[in-house]
Amino acid sequence: MTLVESLSTGTGFWNPLAWLIAVLVAAVIVYLIRQRGESGYKKGTTQTVPFISGNPEPEKEMVHVRASNLYWGYLDALKGYYNFIVPAHTGVLNDYVLWYLGTTAALFVVVVFI
Amino acid sequence: MNGFLITHAPALLIMVPLIGAFVAPFVGRVSPKVRSAWIILIMTLTTLVALMLASDVFLHGTRIYVFGATSPGLTVPLDSGGIPIRIIFTIDAMSALMQVIAAVCGFAVLLYSISADRIHSGLESYYTLFLLMITGIMGMVSTGDFFNFFVFLEILSIASAGLIAYRIDGGLAVEAAIKYFVLSTIGAMAVLIAIGIYYGEYNALNIAMIASRMQFTLLDQVALVLIIAALAMKCGAVPLHFWTPDAYSMAPSSVTAMLVVASQASLYGLFRVVFTIYNLTLNAMTVGWIIIILGILSMVVGVTMAIPQKNVKRLMAYHAISQTGYMLLGVGVGLAVLGNQPLMESFGYIAMEGGIFHIINHAMYKGLLFLTAGAIFFRIGTYNLNRMGGLGHSMKYTMVFFIIGALAIAGIPPFNGYASKLMIYESVFAFNPVLAVIAMVVSILTLASFVKVFHSIFMGPRLPEFDTVQEAPMPMLVGMGILAAIVILFGLFPQAVVDTLIAPAAHALADQSGYIASVLGGA
Repeated sequence: MTLVESLSTGTGFWNPLAWLIAVLVAAVIVYLIRQRGESGYKKGTTQTVPFISGNPEPEKEMVHVRASNLYWGYLDALKGYYNFIVPAHTGVLNDYVLWYLGTTAALFVVVVFI
Repeated sequence: MNGFLITHAPALLIMVPLIGAFVAPFVGRVSPKVRSAWIILIMTLTTLVALMLASDVFLHGTRIYVFGATSPGLTVPLDSGGIPIRIIFTIDAMSALMQVIAAVCGFAVLLYSISADRIHSGLESYYTLFLLMITGIMGMVSTGDFFNFFVFLEILSIASAGLIAYRIDGGLAVEAAIKYFVLSTIGAMAVLIAIGIYYGEYNALNIAMIASRMQFTLLDQVALVLIIAALAMKCGAVPLHFWTPDAYSMAPSSVTAMLVVASQASLYGLFRVVFTIYNLTLNAMTVGWIIIILGILSMVVGVTMAIPQKNVKRLMAYHAISQTGYMLLGVGVGLAVLGNQPLMESFGYIAMEGGIFHIINHAMYKGLLFLTAGAIFFRIGTYNLNRMGGLGHSMKYTMVFFIIGALAIAGIPPFNGYASKLMIYESVFAFNPVLAVIAMVVSILTLASFVKVFHSIFMGPRLPEFDTVQEAPMPMLVGMGILAAIVILFGLFPQAVVDTLIAPAAHALADQSGYIASVLGGA
């Protein structure tokens, strides 16, 4: 059956259906463990209101973490790289053409002389 | 009737969208609904012809179609001096695969576009250009004549530039289109010069004929460099990628999804030239490494530039560059070991299959991601990630489609991106472990980037400004659904796809003598 055959990757193989069955079995086990947990959750009561050290809950739009606040540590750690690569994307067509001509020249040197 | 369709399918593949394109403005004068019905009919016919032709090619081998001859198979007329002088379409398994990609993506995107773009003016020219784009892609991947390839490349570039500028957007879209068009024109001129070199040297424009006479002289090396640079630029490889984020982010989302397919048609052209025209005459290791390095640069620069982006489409555009890197890497490794049969058998073919499998996978999941971005823009009117949030409450189906696309592009099982990336990782590891490690790190960064996008758009509490936002309209969901279904199916049954579509395409690409014999064999 071609449909359920494992994908041959040269040195290994991959069978998504076997993987899905394994995930399904794991999900059933997780569900069974969850069933044994505390069942005292009451929706719509004060139990579900966020507790922020007694402070009032901020407005909804204030608690959403916006895109610019994500990965600042990663960007800060690699700022040496980003200080070079971001300005290289000038948005100026003349620069784009220069990159094109420069790359063509570099390829010419490699193909013809190596 | 069926025999006639099969026989003339290569011509119909160009003729149907071409006629459809030029009739569309007149039909549109009757009513927008009639225009919609017309373009759906045209795209359905184009898709059926492409699937029928591909099925014929995968079952019976390469198809040849000679325009203007007494018989579609008469490649070399008796009085031509042994040279195939007419325009010949040569459709092998690789070409057929590309046709299937263009047809299926085009069909899904068109369904989406009819709903997404209905509120805009100028739709007569919009759909004319859209169908011309399909014509250009189909022509590029079907033709066996290099000058004809240039013609279709130009049709594609002109139509794409018009569509990129379509929304004007305070002049920004027009600026993006001008950048794209200037670079495309320079690239096309470089290709034309290369064609002139071949014609001057070999007295032929037919790809098979040029390949059979290839000497790899200094002039051929110049032609090769001109073509590699031009087509690498057209497919968005770093450091020739600069137009890509500008154009992808400013075009309507349905156009951006098709631009991904258009860039893959250029990638096809690049692979066709190095494998079919040059093959073992060139220094495979050197040129293979050039393609590998372009691939690695694209992967790394693409993904690292994506992470800090605030505009979701610009971010996705950088990811498109990054994913193109995987294709270049896989096929580049195959090229680097082309002359060494044991290495080809050991990992070269798998690397090529991984790269080619990634082409079709990328067309599906990246198309899907751009369509989800368009659906979000359709409802909230912005691509700015900083202004989004909580849309998972109101756009549940779009969110599910986004998750499918995002997991696929990040190479998470069981989606299609994982299958092709796994083939690339393992085969590239056998060639050079460092390259495989870079590829895996890029996948991790891709996942990190899409976690950010997912959180920014869909997670968090329902924001007051998006209280009234509704789910995307049904035709848009259907368009996204078709691509999502393919992403899942290709992920669940990868070996079936590889056996049926990918392996024949990879072997056809590497088999220069088979390509030449299919055109000149009867001469």
